[in-house]
Amino acid sequence: MSRATASYSGVPRWIVAVAVIGAAFVVLPLAAMVVRVNWAEFIPLITSPASVDALWLSLRTSVISTALCILLGVPMAIVLARTSFWGQKVLRSLVLLPLVLPPVVGGIALLYTFGRRGLLGQSVEVLGVTIAFSTTAVVLAQTFVALPFLVLSLEGALRTVGTRYEAVAATLGARPTTVLRRVTLPLVLPALVSGAVLSFARALGEFGATLTFAGSLQGVTRTLPLEIYLQRETDPDAAVALSLVLVAVAVVVVALAHQAGESEGLRFWRRRSA
Amino acid sequence: MSLEFAATVAERGFEVRLTVGAGETVAVLGPNGAGKSTLLNLIAGLLRPDTGEAVLGERTLFSLGAGGRRSWSPPHQRGVSMLAQEALLFPHLTAAENVAFGPRSKGVAGGAARTLAETWLDRVDAAALADRKPAQLSGGQAQRVAVARALASDPSLLLLDEPMAALDVSAAPALRRTLREVLADRAALIVTHDVLDAYTLADRVIVLQGGRVVDQGPTRAVLDSPTTPFTAGLAGLNLLTGIAVDAESVRTDSGHVVRVRPTEAFGSGARVGVAVRPVSVSVTGEDPGAPGEGMNALSVTVTDLEPRGDLVRVRGDELSADLPPAALAALDLAPGSRVWFVFARSETAAYPL
Repeated sequence: MSRATASYSGVPRWIVAVAVIGAAFVVLPLAAMVVRVNWAEFIPLITSPASVDALWLSLRTSVISTALCILLGVPMAIVLARTSFWGQKVLRSLVLLPLVLPPVVGGIALLYTFGRRGLLGQSVEVLGVTIAFSTTAVVLAQTFVALPFLVLSLEGALRTVGTRYEAVAATLGARPTTVLRRVTLPLVLPALVSGAVLSFARALGEFGATLTFAGSLQGVTRTLPLEIYLQRETDPDAAVALSLVLVAVAVVVVALAHQAGESEGLRFWRRRSA
Repeated sequence: MSLEFAATVAERGFEVRLTVGAGETVAVLGPNGAGKSTLLNLIAGLLRPDTGEAVLGERTLFSLGAGGRRSWSPPHQRGVSMLAQEALLFPHLTAAENVAFGPRSKGVAGGAARTLAETWLDRVDAAALADRKPAQLSGGQAQRVAVARALASDPSLLLLDEPMAALDVSAAPALRRTLREVLADRAALIVTHDVLDAYTLADRVIVLQGGRVVDQGPTRAVLDSPTTPFTAGLAGLNLLTGIAVDAESVRTDSGHVVRVRPTEAFGSGARVGVAVRPVSVSVTGEDPGAPGEGMNALSVTVTDLEPRGDLVRVRGDELSADLPPAALAALDLAPGSRVWFVFARSETAAYPL
């Protein structure tokens, strides 16, 4: 419907050619996988006890991790976006480090923090709680790698929205917590939703840190990515089928994120800039 | 309630002391960068001064002396609302919810706040817009709702930061009328570039320049007898400054002697300002010789020509004249032309500075 207006775009043809190669590079492997799916056995493969356990564990832990990301990430984003203090830049880089850190390294770091002989592990042990190689460990590993996604997208949105609405709200007599609840958070809600969706996706795909820190115990710490990796050795058909399940979940997640981007808040900003 | 305010901000070279009486509206005029926004932000609590003290009614807004007790209250405890150039209505709330925001924040129950919001929307002629979202409002409508929102929180002092500047010309008069009504019995400080706002809304004006108060007083007195080139420019007047030769003539700073009509008595040797409207100045290309009794003729070099509506402003060294384009064409004027500016003694207003 909107291809009628032929405005000059000035994109060189070779750019288009390279872009097509890039797109193929991403799409082709997915297609190759779909081709390999054993459709006759598909339902039994993804409903085997091990598969169901892994899928259920993955969804459960990812939801909890996402909730933790929101709980911890919203205050972090607000502090990074709205305050200034000595060492803030360094702190931001450190907090966002899990984005670029190999997940295995993150897993080792977590092990030396919450593990039996870790920095905090010993004190936690006294309370009769063992974190390493438990479902809790899975959640911690996922939160560790997913948190920066939420902080990053929310911090950007907070900076874009600016402080002018907050200033107005304060002069109208709203205390800081009221301003946060009734003005700031509603204004950045789209970014919060898309940040949460990204975090959820990252948590769902977590592999390295989970394997290192939580191990691979069916129903306890063996999430879907771990299950796929293990099945690949013994039952490639099951691995492919489960991979397809993850692809489907990812597609749903991307669609949700897109939906969030189209929600009211962003439409408002788009209209303003138009 | 009245405001007593004094503050310095070293970083911005800001040092201002002012008062706003109970029920008084004060216009703050000044060129860009004069410190007008700094002033409003200091009063609203969005900016913290280095030193100073401000008291609004019974409430101390801040007290930051060199020694002694230092106090500074945050914006939400000040009872000062601000209306900016842009309405800044919360985009996710309806007009009525926006207006109810202040009362709700102060603990008024939902129903009562809604009633209050409707009352205020009605007072600014925006009752019909209650259920619209800000994105569905025009600039003028949004600003009207913003006025209602600022007043619904029952502020002790209202700050207005060029509230008409972002509106199109057709929407401004209606808002100006609304503001005149609601500001009538209210302490308010209005920053503006428009003398019309000062004349219609303010009891008193303060002129800021470079972070200092350079002029203040009742609106008419300040604007009719400007003492700074900036105020004169705002009021649309030429300002000649010089030393009185006698009670009715002045030697200007560039050495011309002009005959003037004193509006306030001064003796010879006094420093005097002479205001002349540009439309009262005519331009001639030929030396008028000795002008008649009660006339002044100044030889000037044209520095600049600026079209203004149906007149063209011809700027000379210290005077400007407004001419119709036809007269301009007949004189064949261009920057650098030597001409004579002629104006009558009776068209001047001279007063001691």
